[in-house]
Amino acid sequence: MDAHAKHEGPLPPMWHYGETEHDPISTKTLGFWLYMLSDALIFAGLFAAYGVLAQPMDAAGGPTIAQIVHPIAAFWQTLAVLSSVLAYSLATVALKTGNRGGVLLGIIAAIVLGVVFIGLEFSDFATLFSIGATPDRSGLLSAFYIIVATHGLHMMFGILWMLVLIPQIIRSGFNTAIVARLLNLRLFWQFQASVWVCVYVFVYLRGAIQ
Amino acid sequence: MFVQLQGAWSPLFGRLTLDSIPYNNPIIIFAFAFSAIAGLAVVVPVIYFKKIGYIFREWICSVDHKKIGVMYIILGLVMLFRGFVDGFMIRTQQVMADGPSSPGVLEAQHGYLPPSHFDQIYSSHGTLMIIFAATPLLTGLGNIIVPLQIGARDMAFPRMNAISLWLTVMGAMLVMASLFIGDFSDAGWVGLTPLTELPYSPSVGVDYWMWAIQISSIGTTLNAINIITTIIGMRAPGMRWDRLPIFTWTTLSTSIIGLTAFPILGVALALLGADRYLGTHFYTAGMGGNLMLYTDLFWIWGHPEVYFLVLPAFGVLSEVIPTFSEKPLFGYITMVAATFAIAGISWAVWLHHFFTMGAGPMVNTFFSVATMIVGIPTGVKVFNWILTMYRGRITYTTPMLWSVGALMLLLVGGLTGVMLANPAINYTVHNSVFVIAHFHCMVLLIAFTIFAAVIYWFPKVFGFKLDEHNGKRFFWTFCIGTSVVFTAMFALGFEGETRRLDYLYDTDWKPMLIIEEIGIGFYCLSVFYFFKMLFVSIRDREKNRCGADPWGTSRTLEWLTHSPVPFYNFAVTPQVHELDELAWRRANNCEAITPETYEPIHMPKNSMVPIIIGIFAFGFGFGMVWRIWWMAGFSLLAIIAAVIISSFTPDPGYTITAEEMRKMEERKEPPGIVVDSHVPRPMAEERIV
Repeated sequence: MDAHAKHEGPLPPMWHYGETEHDPISTKTLGFWLYMLSDALIFAGLFAAYGVLAQPMDAAGGPTIAQIVHPIAAFWQTLAVLSSVLAYSLATVALKTGNRGGVLLGIIAAIVLGVVFIGLEFSDFATLFSIGATPDRSGLLSAFYIIVATHGLHMMFGILWMLVLIPQIIRSGFNTAIVARLLNLRLFWQFQASVWVCVYVFVYLRGAIQ
Repeated sequence: MFVQLQGAWSPLFGRLTLDSIPYNNPIIIFAFAFSAIAGLAVVVPVIYFKKIGYIFREWICSVDHKKIGVMYIILGLVMLFRGFVDGFMIRTQQVMADGPSSPGVLEAQHGYLPPSHFDQIYSSHGTLMIIFAATPLLTGLGNIIVPLQIGARDMAFPRMNAISLWLTVMGAMLVMASLFIGDFSDAGWVGLTPLTELPYSPSVGVDYWMWAIQISSIGTTLNAINIITTIIGMRAPGMRWDRLPIFTWTTLSTSIIGLTAFPILGVALALLGADRYLGTHFYTAGMGGNLMLYTDLFWIWGHPEVYFLVLPAFGVLSEVIPTFSEKPLFGYITMVAATFAIAGISWAVWLHHFFTMGAGPMVNTFFSVATMIVGIPTGVKVFNWILTMYRGRITYTTPMLWSVGALMLLLVGGLTGVMLANPAINYTVHNSVFVIAHFHCMVLLIAFTIFAAVIYWFPKVFGFKLDEHNGKRFFWTFCIGTSVVFTAMFALGFEGETRRLDYLYDTDWKPMLIIEEIGIGFYCLSVFYFFKMLFVSIRDREKNRCGADPWGTSRTLEWLTHSPVPFYNFAVTPQVHELDELAWRRANNCEAITPETYEPIHMPKNSMVPIIIGIFAFGFGFGMVWRIWWMAGFSLLAIIAAVIISSFTPDPGYTITAEEMRKMEERKEPPGIVVDSHVPRPMAEERIV
């Protein structure tokens, strides 16, 4: 017994000839979006942990969040990361016309601004360490450092990715693999800026008024 | 950086000293001897028959989704065996150490295992069974079957698929290393904080546990990305969403769970790692830490993980039961809806693992109701399977026996699950072995379907059937063992036995403990029949050779191509016309139509990059466990370098011409998964990059 009725008329073709492969760039981009979903979940977990540990009692007698965050100082970091995204976006605009010099210039500008961001973050951490606000001081400081440092680590990997892409672009121009990497890096870079916006709002701005 | 270690530390060897090797423990010596003999039994024939090159080129460097799937399943079965031995040791200790007058042998006061060793055994039992047995077995099945069911040539990212495999393998290797170098965690497989914090667990055990899970879960996340992209992007023409086989649907849903749940586990363990290595205070008892944060984060992963395991198991049932009932699956659309309903609810039930935390009646009620709601889609599934069998022409082959057995376990496990979802009952039986018996019914249901799936799809991959006679003995001994052990365990739970006891104070439990031990005896017998089944099947493989559709009543696309499946899956991509394509072709007498002309096809080349990344991942894990900073740092840099270097040398793949395809297809036996002589020229000659 089978549910399938007999097919009426001549049978349709059994095999498919010709290209069935998906466009490789869109396959890679889909995969990369999925990776970013898992990355977003990492930040979701960290923000949840921060939400739990940002209570006044979690300062354990040490510095409170209002004492360690400086929204004005972090504003310069915000400016750096957002203009880095702008520079990278200008690189992808140049990619549309196949302008190799424009792409390289945009990427280098994005790297420089990214390094500025990392530098500001390091100097912020150095100041905090000098006043004794270290990650092992309290649960609150642990949560503060892990969320800011995880984002900073992502920024460093983005910069490393750009540094790797520069010789590849110079060597082989815009082939499919490199264009896919450039487009995925754009997603990654904008994602880091979005995460920073969340960090800035929930950790720095909200912390300053607590 | 910040932490004060107990004991010695040197820059070259970290915490590793000669004393870390437990050479004076007879049980570990025996385990080492057994592992060494088993290892040699594999390695010696490989060397003797000069197959090292073949194994390395065609398996270890392979990017073929079927070979990767087979390796996942081998890993899973080996770990399942080790987990079983742990279970056997737990049961034997408990039956020996009952009552104050029970004797003790070796170093134990009661039984034969001292408490810390017993604690390590139940911790590794849980870790192995969940993370390194069930997960790789189901991932491997998905790897093999999903691309075949949707008519794809390979996975979307073949090389990343191999990386996933080797990360999982190296996680398992870390657990194996913990057996002989140092010790394993004795804080339970869930790693209860603050017990897992450095002051309370100063040895490397917790580090082994943490890094093994961390490394393998990265592999699982990458695999989930791969499977989702494959299912969305690589379907054959005509394979619309409403024609997708149920196993593919369930693997899709499970991969979505894996993709979203495993990062949370990564966070939970990374924060624990920060506590242990950097001295932070995420989960500490004082200094602003919050130990329930860990429990929450862990189970936010842990409960979706349960459905991560059970949904593909349900998918297997949905493939096996229609095949051996000779009827289409009852209620295809409701089955898909139920699958995604379970996947969705899986995110809203985690707190039922710790109702006794005391989150308050409102919170407990929410999670209680959400948990009970899971019973509705699961019930839909059970009725769909029963109605598929109703008035079907049922043949009780071995896969069908395992499936029907799984339905029985689902009933027992599911109903006790609904009991436990009620906080009032949960407070009474919390932490008792009643809970253990409940979740073992559920996990064994998964094991039952895994055996069903392995036996069902074995002929597809290897080209011959497994021996039915010994397969049935394997089933019955395993089934009786399960019933005997866990019926007694439910009773012990009601009698008040709590879990994880190395010494039992109540002699009234003795009869039930003896019954459990008898059940374990049946399991031992089933292990014997499993190996006999493999041995007899491989010995008589020529007799049991089979065609494309060995069961004769299969319904889905994977049975359309040859058995064993050639490395290119389908010579020409099939055009899909209906749900259950093969059943449609059979109904229209066109299942035997083969392609008349062939086209050149493009295949990815094998690669050494995945295994290199895997080896350095092990080096990183081992270095971190023993705090050998140079080793961990070097390995991490090596992984990054390997990724960067491989990005400079993209895989151009290779093309098989239409003429070569014709030759391979017209050969009497098409190239199979283990037949290296059939591997065509481009495969054998290309340099491996």
